This record gives sequence, C-alpha cells and structure tokens, in this order.
Amino acid sequence: MSNPLIDMQKPDVIFCIGTNMTECHPVAATGLKKAVARGAKLIVADPRRIGLADMSHLYLPLRVGSDTALLLGMAHVIAREGLMDEAFIATRTVGFDDFFEHISEWTPEWAETITGVPAKDIETAAIWYGSADKGAIYYTLGITEHICGVENVQSLCNLALMTGNVGREGTGINPMRGQNNIQGAGDSGALPNNYPGFQAVTEPENQEKFAAAYGREIDMEKGITKVTALELCGAELHAMLIDGENTLLSDPHRVHCEHALRSLAHLVVIDIFLTETAQLADVVLPATAWGETDGVCTNTERRVQRLRAAVPPAGEAKPDWWIICQIAQRLGFKGFDFDSPKPIFNELCRLSPIYAGLDWERIEKGEYQWPVPHKAHPGTPRLHEEEFINGRGVFSNVHYRDPAETISAAFPVWLTTGRRLQSYHTRTQTGRAQGIDYLLSEESLEVNPADIEKWQLANGEWCKMSSARGSITIKVKATNRSPRGTVFASFSFGDVPVNLLTGSGYDPVTHTAELKVCPVRLEPL
Amino acid sequence: MKHEMEIDGVEVTFSEGETILEVAQRHQKEIPTLCYDARLEPFGGCRLCIVDLEGARTPVASCTTQATAGMVVKTATETIEAYRKTLLEMVVSENREVDVDALRGYAAGELANLRDRYAVHTPGITGETSGTIKADDNPFILRDYELCISCYRCVRVCAEQEGDHAITVMNRGFDTQITTEFDGLLKDSACTFCGQCIHTCPTGALADKKALRHAEDTTQPRVAAPLPDIEKTRTICPYCGVGCSVDMLTKAGQIVGIHPAMDGPANQGALCVKGQFAYDFVHHPDRLKTPLVRGDDGELCEATWDDALDRAAEGFRKAHATYGRHSIYGIASGRAPSEAAYLMQKFIRAGFGTNYIDNCSRA
Repeated sequence: MSNPLIDMQKPDVIFCIGTNMTECHPVAATGLKKAVARGAKLIVADPRRIGLADMSHLYLPLRVGSDTALLLGMAHVIAREGLMDEAFIATRTVGFDDFFEHISEWTPEWAETITGVPAKDIETAAIWYGSADKGAIYYTLGITEHICGVENVQSLCNLALMTGNVGREGTGINPMRGQNNIQGAGDSGALPNNYPGFQAVTEPENQEKFAAAYGREIDMEKGITKVTALELCGAELHAMLIDGENTLLSDPHRVHCEHALRSLAHLVVIDIFLTETAQLADVVLPATAWGETDGVCTNTERRVQRLRAAVPPAGEAKPDWWIICQIAQRLGFKGFDFDSPKPIFNELCRLSPIYAGLDWERIEKGEYQWPVPHKAHPGTPRLHEEEFINGRGVFSNVHYRDPAETISAAFPVWLTTGRRLQSYHTRTQTGRAQGIDYLLSEESLEVNPADIEKWQLANGEWCKMSSARGSITIKVKATNRSPRGTVFASFSFGDVPVNLLTGSGYDPVTHTAELKVCPVRLEPL
Repeated sequence: MKHEMEIDGVEVTFSEGETILEVAQRHQKEIPTLCYDARLEPFGGCRLCIVDLEGARTPVASCTTQATAGMVVKTATETIEAYRKTLLEMVVSENREVDVDALRGYAAGELANLRDRYAVHTPGITGETSGTIKADDNPFILRDYELCISCYRCVRVCAEQEGDHAITVMNRGFDTQITTEFDGLLKDSACTFCGQCIHTCPTGALADKKALRHAEDTTQPRVAAPLPDIEKTRTICPYCGVGCSVDMLTKAGQIVGIHPAMDGPANQGALCVKGQFAYDFVHHPDRLKTPLVRGDDGELCEATWDDALDRAAEGFRKAHATYGRHSIYGIASGRAPSEAAYLMQKFIRAGFGTNYIDNCSRA
C-alpha cells in the first residue's frame, strides 16, 4: 500500500475495485466503514454484488476481466471534464500529453460496450473520484489475477497520477496483500528478479554486493518464475524445495501442477500439515507453526512486526530457518550457521536498503514501515510524498485486452474465484480450527436465481461444472450476489477443487495466473 | 484563550475536543467507568465517571463533557465517591455474579475490579435481576445476558468499530435486553463473529465460549480467579496481510484464547473471526510431528531428523551433479516468517548461484 492503514478512515472518495475487503481483509474494511459513516463517498467496482457494494454510493457491476476498459473510460471523463491536477501533472509526472491523446478515444460509451456498466455511471464515478480532495484507490487480486494484471494496475496509477491522488493523507494506490507475510517474502528477496530489498539481480553493483556477502558468483540473469518452473519440471528442473505452500490446491490448472510436481526427481516440502502438496514429496520436514515460532513479518502497509513463540513445538517440529540451515550445511554451503532467527533478520537488514535502519531490537513494537534507510530514520508510513522512487510518475498508454478465454457456446458462463470470510486459502488452518465448520462447512457455487432456472439447475443440488481443463461437481446456491451469467466459488475446499478448472492464461510480465476469469459450462447432475 | 483548566487543584492543558475524562486520564486520574471504551463515541450511560465541575448544579459525566478553558474539576471528592459507590451497588445488585472467569473476555473483570475498589461486597440493595440467557448454539460467543448491565458497549462496538450493526436492544428500562435483529441467533443476524463484543463487555455477559473450554471448572464457568496461570504473548495474527496485533493466551503449553491488542498499530483492537477464533489449528492432531521420507515401497514413512535431512540434501546434490545448478528451484512461503524466506533465497543464491527462487504471490 502506498498509504498506511490508518489513512483508510480519511478519504473523501474511496474507489474499491476487485477487492472483497469485508471478507478478505475484514479489519481493514472497518476503516472504510468509518470513513463512509463520516460522510465519504464509496464507489465499488466488482462483478459480484459483494458486501462492499451493498454499502456503496455507486456500484459498478463490471463484467469479469473488463477492468482496463472501465478505467480507460474513467480517465477519459476526468480529462474531458478538466478534473486533472495540473500542478501535480506538471511537477511530478511525465507523458501526460501522449496519454491525454490516447484516452480521447476511449469514451465511457465505448467502455459500456465492454464492461456492461452504464456510461453515465462510469461518468459519475470519474467525476466523484476526479473532484475529490482526497481520493483513495483500494484493490486486491480482482485487479492482478488477470492476463492484463499489469495494465489494470497501470490504469489505476493513471487515474491517481492525473488527479494528484498520491503522496498525501487519505489518498494513494493501495493493494491489500493477502497473506500474513507475503510482503515480507518479497522484501526478503524470494523473487527471481530481485535480491532482498527489491535490488535487481540484473544490476552489476547488486551482483557484486551479494557475491561479496555470500562468497560466490550469482547469475546476472533473472531466474524463472514459479509458473515457468512448473512448466519445466522433469525437463530442465529436477529438484525443488517448497516451504509452506499448498501449491496443488492454490495454483491454477491442478492437473498440470500435479503432473509437474510428480515429474521431479526430488521434491522436499517443509510444512506444518501433510498437505496435498506434501503428499507428493520425497521428503517432508515438519515445521513449527505460528505460536511456536519467533520471527518477523511485514504487513500490507509495509509495517515490520515481530511474531513471538509462546507454546512448545508439536512433536519434533523445527523452525523453517533451522531446517533450511541444516540442508544447506549438509551440502557444504557457507553462511548457514545460525542458532536463532535474530542474526538472520539482522543479516537481511544489513543487505537490504529498505530495512537498513532496522534490526531485531528496533522492531520490538512494530512502529516502523519501510523504507527505513538508516538508524535515525522514522520509517515511511506514506510513500511518494516528495517524489517517486524513479523520479517522476509515468503515464501508461494501456489498451484493453480480452481475457485469455472468453465465453463460447461450449463454455457459456463466466466463473470467477476468491475467498470467503470464514475460510482461509486451502483451509489447512481454518479447516482445523474448531467452530469454523459451524459457519461454513462446505463450498457452494453462487448462481443468480434466474440463471438457475434458465440452466435447469436447482438450489441446494449438485451440478457439474466444466472448463477446457476439467470438471468438478459442486453444490448450487441461489444468490443475487452473482449477476446473470457469472458464477463464483472459493478455492478453499479440497473436495471441490475449483483450480482443476482455472488456468486459462497468465499475465505475460508478472506471470500471475488469470484466476479471476474462467469460462465454464454448468449441467445438472 | 489558552487551553488550560484545573483538575484536583493542578493547572493542566488540554487539546481542542478532548473530554474531561481524557484529560484526567492523561494525568493519571483513575476515574471509574463501565460504559466507556476509548475506541467508541462517549455514551454517558453508567454515570460512574461523574466529576465535580465548579459552577455546575450537579456532577457531570466526564466522558461526555468536553474540556473548556478555565474549568475547575474535582475528580474524587467524598460526595462524588459516595455517589459512585451507590451507583455501583445498584449495578452489582442487578448482577449477582460479578466474579467471572477472565477467559470470558479482555474486559470481563472491569465490574469486579470496581466492586473491589469501592468495597461493594454485600449489596446494600437487593431486588430483581434483569436479562436472560439467550440459547445460541454458535461455538464462539456465549450470550449470558443475566450478567448484562446494559452499558451498550457491545451495541456500540458492533456499530462504530466493526460497522456491522448486528447487535441491538429490545424493550426499555429495567426490561432492556441486548439481542440481535428479530431476537434470533447470531448466525442469522449480520454478525460476522469478529468477537469485538466479547472483548468490550465489562461483565463477561458476552463471553468467549471457545476460551471457556479451558476454564478451571467447566461446570461452573462463571466462578474463577483472574488468570493466575495464563500467560499473554504479543504476536501478529497468522492470516491475511493486515497484520493485526493479538495477545496469545497460553496455559500449560496450549493456546487457550486470543485477545485483540487494543494498541496494535495496524488494528487498534479490531479483529475478524479468523484472527479471533481460528488459532487452534496449531494443536490439531494432524500436525506433522516427525520428518517423513518416501520409502522403497513408495509410501511416506517416519524418519529421524538426521536421516530425513541427509536424504533431502542428497537429492539436491544429485540433481546438481547430474543436471547442473539450474535444475534446482525453491518456492518460499508467504505464511512463514521473513527469516524463512530470506534463507530460502540464500539457499538458492549462495548455494547454487542462480535466481531460481520465487514465493507464492503469483497464485
């Protein structure tokens, strides 16, 4: 997030797109509810009539995968109505003239033909956001899990840049991160293109720095993403170490994924349960869980916080860091003789400019949000206040693209996927917490009541749902949350493996899977 | 005009909008409250926070009275303290079970603490009690309204802090009863089971059912001493990326409950159903307790750490020797601490000299 969570209470106009925040980030959503109670206007764009839509002042029910078109239409209106922040554009950005010309073509009437959202509503949304003193954008995977995830994010940046809604209280472009330490995993350098602290592996000086720190040369070329890795299993890749991920259930195209993992000569999985993924491993190493492990995590607002152990490990379980060190030492690797997490975190801080002012002691109270470039620095709750990291904000002349697969006679229904409030990811944890079943005991497919009738399904009965990659059976649930022609299911339940169906395509830049769009066919059983 | 006033004979400053209670609390005055929760709009219902304000005909509720320049306030005169004791006697008389298990909730001991402070041990007033227990089979929130004192903190925390408006009030006066819309089950209301009502309740009327399974004497879950053998450890919720601070309650090596951290920088005391109640996966019998290696028969079987680690290392050594360093890949976790992710990338980079590392953020 460019802005701190506390800023969520402060905007005049809130634009939420592709975020089911009341279910997926409920505590963050309380900030928005407070802003709305105070009088802020809430615009919600989502294919489904989610909880946020019910409390919004303007709901834009766009067709799945049409976000770029909606956002181009909004940019067009902001330009047409002269709602730009000229001073901000002049001093903080580049490329506006080209962008201005680019968006003249993409009218709200055109956007209506792609998104299904009435042009007048697109106009209203643009005018509200463009006129706001403090306009803030919030998004989640509904923006990024598309083949055009990059264009979607760039489109949001365009809106914020042209209206100057960046670098101030109650504004910003704010992606909500979905896992407790997914931000920290990236910060720590578990990325094929970056060393810790987002230092590009392709920069010679970074390579030199890490060669010196680690005592060996490291490739100057970027590594491959997990998506590419899964494609190369058995061909070029033969051994894999997976720490705490149930790849098989969470990733798209399960058949392909399972085949990939089975093709490896050697698979080692570190986890707290024998997940579907761990069951494929040659060696499974039991890790200590939350509550048993000391460490550090970084939240969605870049706040670096301490995790503390309070109960003894289950059985012989060991911390992940210990397990990795033991394997490394057995292979004769240098620099893995750690006896606690503290020196590991301190090593990360020394090598990472965004953590340079931090160490194990300094994060005791969780006061710091990175970047913290030196010890005297107070941290950075709000990014881009004076300038952007690369100098000026760049407008992107994006174009709308159709999803990888679009509905057809064979697969006439849009399936979109996500999470629910009461279950988390593949339920390895929430599925094993007492009481959660009382609230949500099984998965069901959310279908508009009129569609149930049209497709000869029945509420509460099972149906067969098929995509180009496979079929599953799932119980039907009638709800007006789903619009006509679009259905929803979560990927949480192992007995309803929705990701057997998904996997139509990937964003070419980030390799993020298009989990939010999958044409399917529904048949009664 | 300067923002100055006098509290108990001392000149103090205040900022615009501060209430007398807030100013007094900043100056370590222990003014008793029951309906007050610093996160909520002041309510002025319990009247325990009354103070003597020079020039006012009667004592004023300090939680709802904004500080103004020149005020002269006395927080604990004999008269005020006597009023407070009488008010507490009335509250306690309506609520005979003041000693509740601290596992009921974060604030469950507030009434008992005040009773002790004001020595209200034998109720001077006896009479009817109000509120009836609501049978609700949900596994998380006990609705023991016999202990309710109608402070409305649950109603307000649900509306103001959580924004759910699931809790409401029916009837009036002595018959006031906290409930949900249509007086039904929580499951059928707008309740999201975030547990905020439990942890603002000053009497334990709304209580953490799940934590109470660990109460000393489960047949009498109301009666117990305040948590002598329970430890609190500050940590961060293991679910989404908001990073809510929580206090883990542990007893004999087990997590027995979660308290929201009221001073948590990301959540200011707010939690959701997962952070509040979905912690016990840690102790689930399915937890992996020993290393497993795949045997010659193709089955995973238990192994010692030494054997499993040797086997893990051997596989990487073999792949490296046979297929080269670009045949090995690492996937780090977005769920484990940063030390794990850092060492995963170091394992690949320092070990094999490649950038064949990623984490689970692309799916």
